[in-house]
Amino acid sequence: MGQYILTIIVLLPLAGAVLLLIVGRGEKPNAAALKWTALLISVATFIISLALPIGFNKGGGLQFETNLEWINAFNLGVRYHVAVDGLSLWLVILTTFLVPLALLSSWNSIHKRLREFLMAMLALETGMLGVFVAMDMFLFYLFWEVMLVPMYFLIGVWGGERRIYAAVKFVIYTVVGSLLMLAGIIALYYIHGSATLNYTFDIAAITNDVRTGALILDAATQSWLFWAFAIAFLIKVPLFPFHTWLPDAHVEAPTAGSVLLAGVLLKMGTYGLMRFNLPIFPDASHQWAVLISSLAVVGIIYGALVAMVQPDLKKLVAYSSVSHLGFVVLGIFSFTDQGMQGALYQMLNHGVSTGALFIIVGMIYDRRHTRLIAEFGGLANVMPAFSTFFMIVTLSSIALPLLNGFVGEFLILIGTYTSTLLPHARLFASLAALGMILSAVYMLWMYQRVVFGEVHNRENLKLADLNFREKLVLAPIAVLILAMGIYPSVFLSRSNQAIQTIKARLIPVSEVAVNPEAGTEER
Amino acid sequence: MLAAIILVPLVGAAILGLFGKRMSERVIGWIACSTVAVSTILSFYLFFEHRAALEGGEKLHEYLFTWISVGTFRTDASLLLDSLSAIYILFITFVGFWIHVFATGYMRGDKGYWRFFAYMNLFMFSMLTLVLADNFVLMFVGWEGVGLCSYLLIGYYFTKDFANDAAKKAFIVNRIGDFGFVLGVFLLFSKAGTIFYFNDTARGIHGAFDWAMTQSPDPLTWSAIFGGGITSVAVLLFVGAIGKSAQLPLYVWLPDAMAGPTPVSALIHAATMVTAGVYMVARASSIYIHAPTAMMIVAIIGAATALFAATIGLAQWDIKKVLAYSTISQLGYMFLACGVGAFGAGIFHVFTHAFFKALLFLGSGSVILGMHHEQDMRRMGGLKKYMPITFATMFAGWFAISGFPLFSGFFSKDEILYRSFIANGLPDSWARILWFVGAVTALVTAVYMTRLMVLTFWGRERFSTSEPAPGADSVPGGHEDHPGPPHESPASMVLPLVVLAAGAVFAGYLGVPEGLSGGKITNYFERLLEPSIASLHVMEPGHAQRTPEGTPLETRAEAPARMPEGHGLERTLTGVSILIALAGIGIGWVWFKRKPLWEPPRLLEEKYYVDELYNATVVQPIKVGSTSVLWKVIDVHIIDGAVNGAGHLASMLGSTLRYLQSGLARSYVAIVVLGALLIIGYFVMK
Repeated sequence: MGQYILTIIVLLPLAGAVLLLIVGRGEKPNAAALKWTALLISVATFIISLALPIGFNKGGGLQFETNLEWINAFNLGVRYHVAVDGLSLWLVILTTFLVPLALLSSWNSIHKRLREFLMAMLALETGMLGVFVAMDMFLFYLFWEVMLVPMYFLIGVWGGERRIYAAVKFVIYTVVGSLLMLAGIIALYYIHGSATLNYTFDIAAITNDVRTGALILDAATQSWLFWAFAIAFLIKVPLFPFHTWLPDAHVEAPTAGSVLLAGVLLKMGTYGLMRFNLPIFPDASHQWAVLISSLAVVGIIYGALVAMVQPDLKKLVAYSSVSHLGFVVLGIFSFTDQGMQGALYQMLNHGVSTGALFIIVGMIYDRRHTRLIAEFGGLANVMPAFSTFFMIVTLSSIALPLLNGFVGEFLILIGTYTSTLLPHARLFASLAALGMILSAVYMLWMYQRVVFGEVHNRENLKLADLNFREKLVLAPIAVLILAMGIYPSVFLSRSNQAIQTIKARLIPVSEVAVNPEAGTEER
Repeated sequence: MLAAIILVPLVGAAILGLFGKRMSERVIGWIACSTVAVSTILSFYLFFEHRAALEGGEKLHEYLFTWISVGTFRTDASLLLDSLSAIYILFITFVGFWIHVFATGYMRGDKGYWRFFAYMNLFMFSMLTLVLADNFVLMFVGWEGVGLCSYLLIGYYFTKDFANDAAKKAFIVNRIGDFGFVLGVFLLFSKAGTIFYFNDTARGIHGAFDWAMTQSPDPLTWSAIFGGGITSVAVLLFVGAIGKSAQLPLYVWLPDAMAGPTPVSALIHAATMVTAGVYMVARASSIYIHAPTAMMIVAIIGAATALFAATIGLAQWDIKKVLAYSTISQLGYMFLACGVGAFGAGIFHVFTHAFFKALLFLGSGSVILGMHHEQDMRRMGGLKKYMPITFATMFAGWFAISGFPLFSGFFSKDEILYRSFIANGLPDSWARILWFVGAVTALVTAVYMTRLMVLTFWGRERFSTSEPAPGADSVPGGHEDHPGPPHESPASMVLPLVVLAAGAVFAGYLGVPEGLSGGKITNYFERLLEPSIASLHVMEPGHAQRTPEGTPLETRAEAPARMPEGHGLERTLTGVSILIALAGIGIGWVWFKRKPLWEPPRLLEEKYYVDELYNATVVQPIKVGSTSVLWKVIDVHIIDGAVNGAGHLASMLGSTLRYLQSGLARSYVAIVVLGALLIIGYFVMK
């Protein structure tokens, strides 16, 4: 089974979605049976996926690999190649971890088309997992597009009032990006094939040929291809100024959709940058690093400032994502160990913390059917357990040391600050560090207005505190927030090798010879 | 063992946080106090166990685990006991313990009793982590941790908006300082390649301070600040200290922090947390002595803050506000000391201040409770007959802070004034100005403290015993809220007052300036600290050789030899200090006995309108700009406008090209393929 474990993990949710077609059929659909089936499938997926980090070889590259011939008509060379390495390992776990929580968090909030909702969720899980494990560009693109469909329906069917506008905006933005990526994939396929006479979509093979020098891309080609991929990914991140689909999508999406959108989907963008752009187009990455880092820094500050003044909780969290993901992009383009490891870590942190924030907003939305901050206030009086969890997640989001957010943010900032490969690195890091202040401003202000004070709105007086199910959703998140903050080595040690592999291509050979220890520029 | 000192309070916090809700006040109080008591006993045990080693300058490392390790960056959960951290943990645990005891009485009847003590224990954990950390990043854990606890405890009465605003303000202003602090750490890391303090061969770790000792000092020029060298590191780190220790211009959070319960003000906002900035600067002394410009900035900001805050303190009516500004002012003294190279004197003042300021705050708490939650001194007066013990103990605190001879504050303040007068490494004119500012501050301090005492304990009784006090800043804890005459506090509160009063009187004898006794009594405090503090003497010609181990011992041994020639000057200055203290107390006595309700100038009463200024120039522009420019114009109009515009354009195009569109998925596929072929074609052709 070892060889097929990834296939099992990826396809199990899809199988679950198919299973849901036959479960609970009758004159009146059995909602409980449907929900339990979906939940058990997702929990099973999570448990199986835990075998990955346990069996992972820290020093190795691609692992749990399956590489089969798939479509070989016209010698196309499309393969079913799936594997995980340090880059994707934890993103797979993040996905399998969040899906059951997302399902559990909307246990009682979906009232129409429950069966289809659960199917969409599970199909989405397969799509997301597929993106992270695919090692063949064709397969990658397939999953990338497939995943759009359930997300489109999640927003468009179970969303809020302006759900159609938001869903269409989401799809158009993404499709514009993915078409460019498709063109990039085909071009890369062709160029690589004609240069090496090995026509393949295999990411590992192409990356390796770039590394060994078998494939040399001139500067212009690199730039074109770099942007074909980068635009798709940066829209997904989303990097300023491609972010305006995000607030709309989040506000309209149902809680479970928001959790996965923020928790996992956004990471596909940053994952793509690290999987494709940096290793395959290293020179272009250097060339455009200043532009992208500038946008990242603008995004950090801009996202935070705009988040600060949002009257709607979900919009606030959405804009805070723009800010947090700006950190991730900055870390990636710092080209340092710390920056890239921090970026990877921050992806996980953001998935956990922002996922949790959306769950929390969903919990009070379920009770009050509003997300306006001004409608709340004084919730600590009536919902103490809720307030405590909310506080932990808030603190994680503002990167308090010993909580997860700090490790990622600190590594990104120190990596960027000491980067010798990114011009103006210190300026970027210093400006980005302002985000540290601003995140405290918007998060604490929001928290104060929702949780502290007297209960002014009579509607809030009768709110019930968290029930057992809701505590069950938030408790694992709180534990993870602490664990990731106190003992990050578990995570970092497993992603190190992948980062080293990327970095090895990014440091010019001359640099290595002259200055073996990057970061110590001493007179 | 060191780990136990910090972990036991953490365990206490966890127990109280998770299960405290179902416990009785008695059990909660026992758990909270006993965990701190364990830390206290351990601290004293360790100190006396390793006394000789600490005096000899040994550094005891305790490695727990590697926290973050990526590339060349590494930070550990590892602790360091040397004489500096030893002094800190001694007074933190000792004073902290007695404040916990006081709080068990003060908070009685409060429904958040368990929550309060959970936060207090968590604070002890954070503060001890801060001072025992052996690297800057772990220190930052404590640094932010105490900030969090401060936030939680200022906002303890979370239904009150002013408390929440104050809590948020404290956290954010501290974060502004932390911004500088982390940049300082980054810069240090990029220069020294490490964020650990000292070399530790057992772990193969290089220390940033050992690195600093190999550097040649930066020149005393303003441009050095922006030079990206060691001066920049020192200045950036100091920005963090400005935030945490409430110095100009980031002091504004501390007076508002008095919204928290009074024991919190005593522990966090007077005795311990706010002195973390001084600790950090003293800890990094080997960096600072290589950055004379940074030293000068530290001294100037310290002196300016000391005077500035003291003048405000003169004009406040709220008893806690007076003490808050007094704290800011005293912290200014400590930085003044550090800035003139007298790190030891600065730490000594931290030490004595911890006793007398905790005492004064707790005393004020006792008064507030006795007065049924009245904080306005205009409605006090004549309390000494109602609260004799509180009065007697606060009397000791009053004399200590005013620098009355032979009380603890006298020794530490006198030392600071003397050292700023002779300030090594600064131009003489600067040294004299700094001394003068310090001396004036000492006078003002004595005056406003006398005002506080006179308004509270002497004179006419300006309260009525029948009506409940209106407008109290603190929130009734739900206990003894019925009106009645003022009363003395229960034993659990009075006992800590007595203990701390003893400290306020006698703590100074650990560090009697040697000039004062003519070198007959050793200044034990300074001797103990010396090995932990890089001294300016090494910088002098002839002592240029430096060892990687830090300050060479033999140069230190020569230092006292230089002292005698200064004894005459020191004694003269001491005489001046005594006159200042007596004059201040005298002026205050005469002035406020006669006119207790003297109306201070509005400018002072309104604290120079600094809060209003910040609000108008920083807070509002950011809020308004974010709303009406960034969000409503850039986001909604420009970016989204472009997106929607492109959408409209596409649909217009679409309607003119409708005949191309069959509406079937097939044609979309065709277009996609066509587009892709075009791009591929580009690459094939070129």
